[in-house]
Amino acid sequence: MINSDKIFTKYTKNDRSNLIGILQDIQEEYNYLPETMLKKTAEHLGLAMSTIYGVATFYNQFRLKPLGKNIIRVCRGTACHVKNSANILYALENELKISAGETTRDKMFTLETVACIGACSIAPVINVNDEYFGGVSIKEIPKIISKFKKEEKETDKKELHEKLS
Amino acid sequence: MINLTINNIQVKAEEGMTILEAANSVGVHIPTLCHLKELFPTGSCRICVCEVSGFRGLVPSCAYPVGEGLRVETNSQRVRRARKTIVELLVENHPEDCLICVRNKNCELQDLSEKYGMREHRYVGEKKQHAIDISSASMERDPAKCILCGRCVRTCNEIQNVGAIDFTNRGFRSNVTTPFNKGLNISDCILCGQCILVCPTAALREKSSLKVVTAAINDKTKYTVVQIAPAVRASLGEEYNLPIGTNVTGQLISGLRRLGFDNVFDTNFAADLTIMEESAEFIDRFTKSNNLPMFTSCCPGWVKYIEQNRPELLKHVSTCKSPHEMEGAILKSYYAKKMGINPKDIFVVSIMPCTVKKFESERPELATEHHPDVDAVLTTRELVRFFKMAGIEFDDLPEDEFDNPLGESTGAAAIFGTSGGVMEAALRTAYFKLTGNNLQSVELSEVRGNNGLKEASFEINGNKINVAVVNGIGNIDPILDEIQNGNSKYHFIEVMACPGGCVNGGGQPIHQQREKILKRIETLYEIDKNSVSRFSHDNLFVKKLYEDFLTEPNSSKSHEILHTNYFNRKKILEQ
Repeated sequence: MINSDKIFTKYTKNDRSNLIGILQDIQEEYNYLPETMLKKTAEHLGLAMSTIYGVATFYNQFRLKPLGKNIIRVCRGTACHVKNSANILYALENELKISAGETTRDKMFTLETVACIGACSIAPVINVNDEYFGGVSIKEIPKIISKFKKEEKETDKKELHEKLS
Repeated sequence: MINLTINNIQVKAEEGMTILEAANSVGVHIPTLCHLKELFPTGSCRICVCEVSGFRGLVPSCAYPVGEGLRVETNSQRVRRARKTIVELLVENHPEDCLICVRNKNCELQDLSEKYGMREHRYVGEKKQHAIDISSASMERDPAKCILCGRCVRTCNEIQNVGAIDFTNRGFRSNVTTPFNKGLNISDCILCGQCILVCPTAALREKSSLKVVTAAINDKTKYTVVQIAPAVRASLGEEYNLPIGTNVTGQLISGLRRLGFDNVFDTNFAADLTIMEESAEFIDRFTKSNNLPMFTSCCPGWVKYIEQNRPELLKHVSTCKSPHEMEGAILKSYYAKKMGINPKDIFVVSIMPCTVKKFESERPELATEHHPDVDAVLTTRELVRFFKMAGIEFDDLPEDEFDNPLGESTGAAAIFGTSGGVMEAALRTAYFKLTGNNLQSVELSEVRGNNGLKEASFEINGNKINVAVVNGIGNIDPILDEIQNGNSKYHFIEVMACPGGCVNGGGQPIHQQREKILKRIETLYEIDKNSVSRFSHDNLFVKKLYEDFLTEPNSSKSHEILHTNYFNRKKILEQ
């Protein structure tokens, strides 16, 4: 269990300039901003909940939903755009049945877009966790997804074995 | 004094004034959208830009202070072109459904589009898509019509100190909304409607009850009864271009009769009744030193606020129903019996300056056997729409009088519509009850006026009574803190959620001559001054009601019919 009070003791009460710091700390602990923690932040800083929600949605660094186990980033920079990345994204959205910025129901995948990933020579590029896939075509998308689903199953099996043995 | 030139006019301005204020002082009009006079400027909409000597770019006049020797151009070709572009870009991201819009002909965006001669679509692009929030009983929020000026956000946060809505997201996705976009009904919103009054478009508006009211009038099995709140008579004329504050009581009554209501009664009658109950309740609490200070309970916005934010202090709130609910309750008990009508067939409509009253009328505890005390609430604005739909013009209307027995009222009831009025009326009656004599000087100037917090002390029978009048919900928190810490010196506190009281309620006519709203208050005090009687306890029909039906104030019968209970709504919000 995370001790949520630990975050707040660092910051003086009713000082609204601490808001972003607190939100960053919460996200570091929880990986996203849970609603209950935002309520505690509102109480600690004496701010309206709407103000906090406004700040949390304004900055791209904050997430209001937990991330999936695998994070897929689709490059939407100029070079990739010219190389059909819009349709790559569309294919991913179809395959995962979510929109960009969302997480699948089973919390397996989060789909994000990136302005430029910095690998224009191998455009169009997608990046899953630490792995880069250059020159991807729409046909390859289901394969890539199922690869990570498989890996996930295997690690799950391993963990189960370790637990049992 | 600072000398500057605006459009070649020599202007003497005080230090600290903005260019906008200096221009207004010499009759040079500069358009504004995000500007709110009472608050610190944000300069975000840029519609007020001007050319100022020494600046390459255009300067927002609402946020720039005057300086010695400045030369300002408010109406150059360049300024006009910039403003027109701003309007064009706003209009292009707006539904442009003016013909079917509730704010048609009373919309600042429409005015600006007309003023700057927008005759074609120069920019065509994607329009934002947001669902309309119809979750609350009183208000609707239509983000598609929002131009993001921020006036509602600032009114809610900085004036009312409620903070139910704020800007969320960025760029094209920017939206003014509640936390987690959950809807107003489960936000901190108290539905006061002050945001509606400042909204330049129809992004914020009341939830209309006109359909149910017209259906009830057309239903021959229903006995439709209407009542008018004190503040409505001082404001409705404005929608017919009468001077602000014109008293239109007589025309209002005959207009309502022409709409087809069977009876036209006065909420002021129930205001007198409220005073009888509330002063008796106060005297009872005061003599027993029980749950003091006592808060008034006429304002449903205030009641909702304390239920949501400080439920632990609910025992301090008077248990009296608000006047229009009392009127409804009496109509469906005493009056129904007297007239031999089944209470189920009576349809009570309240004309209110208020948006929260719609929410209040739907509260389950304000009903008997699933029949609400008040069936529908129309705001002043909705009534005007109803009149216009029915072809009723004020110029042709004769004056008429209220029906009785629930139409009789005293001057003390008339001032319910302004901040301090309930306190003044209650003290007049409490003084009489405690001493047996009427107050010599009836007008209690200490509780009048437009301050956020008014305080006074009165000596009655050797007892010192400290009272406070809170004008606008944004001023309440320090007082609640004091009570929570157990060091409040007050005995009796009146709270009105809207600044100025009901005269400035969220259901009142919308116009941008906000400073003239004080005239409505003067009108109500004028009605009080010219009344035959200025004491609620002198209302003959109220006396008769007690003799025939309720026995005496604070009796078990009146508790059953005229009093209510409150809920901890903090829990609901936390779920």
